[in-house]
Amino acid sequence: MKISSVARNLRRILHYGDRPWNALTMLMASGVLLLALAIGWLLLRDSSQARAAFGWQFILPTRDASWNPVFDKFQAWPFIYGTLLTSLAALVLAIPVSLGIAIFLAEISPAWLRVPLGWMVELLAAIPSVVYGLWGIFVFLPGVVTPIGKFLENTFGKIPGLALLFQGPIPASGASRLAAALILAIMIIPTIAAVSRDVFLAIPRAQREASLALGATQWETIWQVLIPYGLSGILGAVILGLGRALGETMAVTMVIGNSIEGSPSLLRPGYTMASIIANEFAEAVSKLHTQSLIGIGLALFVMTLLLNSAARFLVWQVARRTPQEARA
Amino acid sequence: MITLATYPVIVLRSGTGYRRRKTTNVLMLVITGLLTLAALIPLFWIISYVLYKGGQYINLAFFTQMPRPLGMEGGGVLHAIEGTLVLTLLAALIAIPPGVIAAFYVAYNPNKPLGVAVRFGTDVLSGVPSIVIGLFGYALIVKAQGHYSALAGGVALAILMLPTIIRTTEEMIKLVPHTLREGSLALGAPEWKTALSVTLPAAANGIITGFLLGLARASGETAPLLFTALGNESYEIGRIINSGIAGKQGIFAILDRVLDQPVDSLPLTLWKYAQQPFPERISQSWAVALVLMLIVLLLNIVARLWVQIQTNRLQGK
Repeated sequence: MKISSVARNLRRILHYGDRPWNALTMLMASGVLLLALAIGWLLLRDSSQARAAFGWQFILPTRDASWNPVFDKFQAWPFIYGTLLTSLAALVLAIPVSLGIAIFLAEISPAWLRVPLGWMVELLAAIPSVVYGLWGIFVFLPGVVTPIGKFLENTFGKIPGLALLFQGPIPASGASRLAAALILAIMIIPTIAAVSRDVFLAIPRAQREASLALGATQWETIWQVLIPYGLSGILGAVILGLGRALGETMAVTMVIGNSIEGSPSLLRPGYTMASIIANEFAEAVSKLHTQSLIGIGLALFVMTLLLNSAARFLVWQVARRTPQEARA
Repeated sequence: MITLATYPVIVLRSGTGYRRRKTTNVLMLVITGLLTLAALIPLFWIISYVLYKGGQYINLAFFTQMPRPLGMEGGGVLHAIEGTLVLTLLAALIAIPPGVIAAFYVAYNPNKPLGVAVRFGTDVLSGVPSIVIGLFGYALIVKAQGHYSALAGGVALAILMLPTIIRTTEEMIKLVPHTLREGSLALGAPEWKTALSVTLPAAANGIITGFLLGLARASGETAPLLFTALGNESYEIGRIINSGIAGKQGIFAILDRVLDQPVDSLPLTLWKYAQQPFPERISQSWAVALVLMLIVLLLNIVARLWVQIQTNRLQGK
């Protein structure tokens, strides 16, 4: 008697179980948000001593910054500089190539070639970072980076102003910030190309037709109509690529030479924020050392967070402006 | 005389003569094609070089034997293969159920504040550098447990997979025809039953795609494992399972032993071997790179083909 009434109640709850189900989906969905917050919070918590000990000096540009586990004095500027320099150099190289690919895939390529080419470009992003690193050490460094480095050193190394950036000598192995920048460029091209291709595809057909009808050539249409129209989306794609470059760890650690030296030159070995964490965290000497490395991780997290928010906002703006039916 | 107003602005801005404009047009279009080809050079270079180098060192022992001591020829990477399996499967088990359920919320409530926030959170999560996820795994689990473990590595990889799973599942749920869902609701089925027994089976293929793509990303990642799973050259599941006291052979005791110790994975092994000054370790790292690359590329290609087929099916083509 009692059991059957419990069963009936249970059946009722299960049959009309929409409330528990909705609560569950909502819970799991907010779990994702909580996870993102938890990452920030734990990094904040576990770097508190380092932040208290060094303050803003930890991340601000400093001359003769020290990173000294023996005396427990840590300043992260050289690594932030390394990250910014390699990522920006990678962007300079990657933007024209990626835009070329995006234009070719969206506007020019014959339809049968579009899908396989797009796949191949995206497969470039799927190759694991360590495989890039291994190829980098044994093939890319001696075969490509060293000759390019020598050339840059001889061409720009003596021009005042540029000399600081292109001061040699590039190490015999080729391991340098330049190597990191070149590998990063290869790794972020697929990201920038794929997102900007989607931006081009989202531009209404009428824009192209109007421009062509006014007598513009196809290139003039692309350069003077499509690119200005999708500019914020392309900017978003570039920022996404930058975010990826900032956080890239393994390939960069394997080719950048991992050296803490004063030279700001692109042709000298260095460190990035991600590569110092990868190299030192497991063997950190003191508690403050560990905390300082987590502090670098926090800075990296905040940088990528801001960049990603900006990028998503820009891409979203283009998508919002274009009604679905009007797309090419 | 033609006034400025009647003359198309575009033509004015692009300068002189028709022929020059035509030449520029062809030139620039060809350049974009060349750039596309240039970007594919590294892809084919890496793939062919890894195939060539790795192919020389790969043999059966490579898959079935444990590593030999440093400086000795031969041996394999069984420990890393088993470790990769343990880590990626654990990550999938942790990430798939909450990811799929969360995707239902995002797909059905895209304009509610929480829906917008969760989509943004997913974007943020997918943009967090993998090394930072590793630090998080360390702070969350390794620090609390007091030692490195497969569990910590699995959790770190799960966080990495989560955004991919949510995104692909959400896309597939949206592709399921509304009529299917409405039909079920009209027959009196509650929302949850409709979701689980109508929408989910119809979208199951999308979830498989998310699983494959997530697996591809997780199996190639090194950075999150550096200070969570750490690495362990003597990890051998057969030995671990048999190592317990005879009375304590329950499934949970075994699972506990499998998950509680540090573990290696293929990318982790590759990263360590590539830095050692022993030629046979370098050769083995090429073989590892070959296996890893094949796994990741195959998973990607299969997942993409699959999503193409399923999208066509759901759109009724």
